[in-house]
Amino acid sequence: MAEKRLRIIVAKPGLDGHDRGAKIIARALRDAGFEVIYTGLHQTPEMVAEAAVQEDADAVGLSVLSGAHMTLFPEIIRLLKERGAGDVVLFGGGIIPEEDAKKLKEMGVKEVFTPGASTEDIVKWVRENVHPRD
Amino acid sequence: MSKHQSDKQRWLETAYKDARERPVRFSTVSDLGIDALYTPEDATGGYEESIGYPGEYPYTRGPYGSMYRGRLWTMRQFAGFGLAEDTNARFHFLLAQGQDGLSTAFDMPTLMGYDADHQRAQGEVGREGVSVTSIDDMMRLFDRIPLDKVTTSMTVNCSASVLLAMYLVVAERNGVPWEKVGGTIQNDMLKEFIAQKEWICPPAPSLRVVTDMIEFCAKKAPRWHAVSISGYHIREAGSTAVQELAFTIADGICYVEDAMKRGLNVDDFAPRLSFFWNIHNDFLEEVAKLRAARRMWARLMKERFGAKSPRSMTLRCHAQTAGASLTAQQPLNNIVRVAIQALAGVMGGVQSLHTNSMDETLALPTEQAVMVALRTQQIIAEETGVTNTIDPLGGSYAIEALTDRMEREAMEYIRRIDEMGGMLRAIETGYPQREIAESAFHYQRQLERGEKSVVGVNKYHVPEEIPIETLKIDPVLEERQIQRVRKMKRERNSVAVREALTRVREACRSGENLMEPICEAVRRNVTVGEVSDVFREEFGVYTDPGWI
Repeated sequence: MAEKRLRIIVAKPGLDGHDRGAKIIARALRDAGFEVIYTGLHQTPEMVAEAAVQEDADAVGLSVLSGAHMTLFPEIIRLLKERGAGDVVLFGGGIIPEEDAKKLKEMGVKEVFTPGASTEDIVKWVRENVHPRD
Repeated sequence: MSKHQSDKQRWLETAYKDARERPVRFSTVSDLGIDALYTPEDATGGYEESIGYPGEYPYTRGPYGSMYRGRLWTMRQFAGFGLAEDTNARFHFLLAQGQDGLSTAFDMPTLMGYDADHQRAQGEVGREGVSVTSIDDMMRLFDRIPLDKVTTSMTVNCSASVLLAMYLVVAERNGVPWEKVGGTIQNDMLKEFIAQKEWICPPAPSLRVVTDMIEFCAKKAPRWHAVSISGYHIREAGSTAVQELAFTIADGICYVEDAMKRGLNVDDFAPRLSFFWNIHNDFLEEVAKLRAARRMWARLMKERFGAKSPRSMTLRCHAQTAGASLTAQQPLNNIVRVAIQALAGVMGGVQSLHTNSMDETLALPTEQAVMVALRTQQIIAEETGVTNTIDPLGGSYAIEALTDRMEREAMEYIRRIDEMGGMLRAIETGYPQREIAESAFHYQRQLERGEKSVVGVNKYHVPEEIPIETLKIDPVLEERQIQRVRKMKRERNSVAVREALTRVREACRSGENLMEPICEAVRRNVTVGEVSDVFREEFGVYTDPGWI
């Protein structure tokens, strides 16, 4: 039986419009053979969690460059758990200081990529760390 | 001419042929191929019609006759964070350091038309800029700033009509007549859909509000620049230099056409259109871009729009060094990048400049980092000597050839956009958005294959780095601002607020210029979010098509 294709949501929660990184990651993941859904900009935490559940995603990649990551990431974690999707792998990137990245990982974000991370590294990380749910 | 042609060819086939060449692709950061050598044969136009003299058509060498010998560029550092009084303190600090103009950064909720106490503002209040919800905040922001002497730039777009109204009402309350108020509001909605992605309504009504502001300023605030046509964000989103040039000038064409459609005379508003460019790492390409932009605009304004006034034909611009070129790795290296970029801006003849601070890939800049960035400009102005003569790189074979080529390639894009029915239509179909995403992806690939280098990232990497001190925004500020806004809303005259909002709504429907009703609303403590809500209800809400 063929291996199930991983389904990944790339999401832009918050109000900022910096989507250059999110689009590049979405495209690189798609080129690497994953099924990628890009939410577009200006998503609320509810919209992101809802998309993860509706689309039965295996992982959600969050891009935040507005400094609101310490509000948005925990809220999305909470909403995913509330919807019984706490096992969806959460990863993220953006302008995220080291100390915040550490705290986010303690809260359950599996990896935080910072400026300069290559798409190759991210693809490799997804291959190693995201597995089909159920 | 034919002798030159054969001479360059002869040289390429003889002396150069056996010379050693490094095994790399010689191209700009935008991947524009660069020749080994440029000679007089590469110049396509004659001196008089293509290059000419500063302050004379086609303004390739500069918009003003004496350029920096007459007046240095305005050193204008972008600043904004936290509450209005925090940013006001930074403004006073910058003015005390010798800065000549102010430049305001608003936070995301203000920029997107939400009040600080809105659900969607959560976690974003005062983070990326200063939080302004009502006229009270604006009064605090410009406290003790003489608005008749200092010019102010405000970076805000979809909620710009409200922020400009607030600025004018602050002036009014301080006894400064609108005719004396000078400055610039970014207000370039077309590039929002193309690149920066801050919007409320769909493109067509957004353009209508911009044109309302152009018309209003031409009549009521003649020293104010109602729109700053911006390539900066287009470049930051990943475009090439030619795309930045082409899409920005195409946006300018669209604004001019829309204002003329309303019956305005081109020479009544075009002198107050200004531009805002990105200055990236590729020195020669950036200098050429600025020179090409001036020539293109002059030719378009004269030939396409029949402008008569030289002021309508001269492209005057602000520029900012490229934020996206800075690295989180080895951040001190950013000081060097910014210095070289700033020098390119000056060699390109900008009228106003912001130099980024070295720590801006990590957080908003600290006071010390901002100081180094400002000093960089002062060193260029006072120590390097490049301001002694006008357009010092003009006449360089390489610069002139690149200037010609960028104009040619950008005009080709403009022709394609014209064929699509203009920029508004092109944006609605996602054309410039897709072109930029393509370029951004291409560059990322080049970076990862090692075809393009970034020092400290894909070359000369060091594993251990000492973190630098960064600015922290106290999360308590958000709560304080929310409480302040709630108190203001409780205490204001709610009947007066409702009446004012009804007037704004009626203007949305009737097509009456929106600015007078918005000014009146602002006087009555109507907020950014409340006016924006009227726009949402009347014009509809735009959502990201999410093209990748």
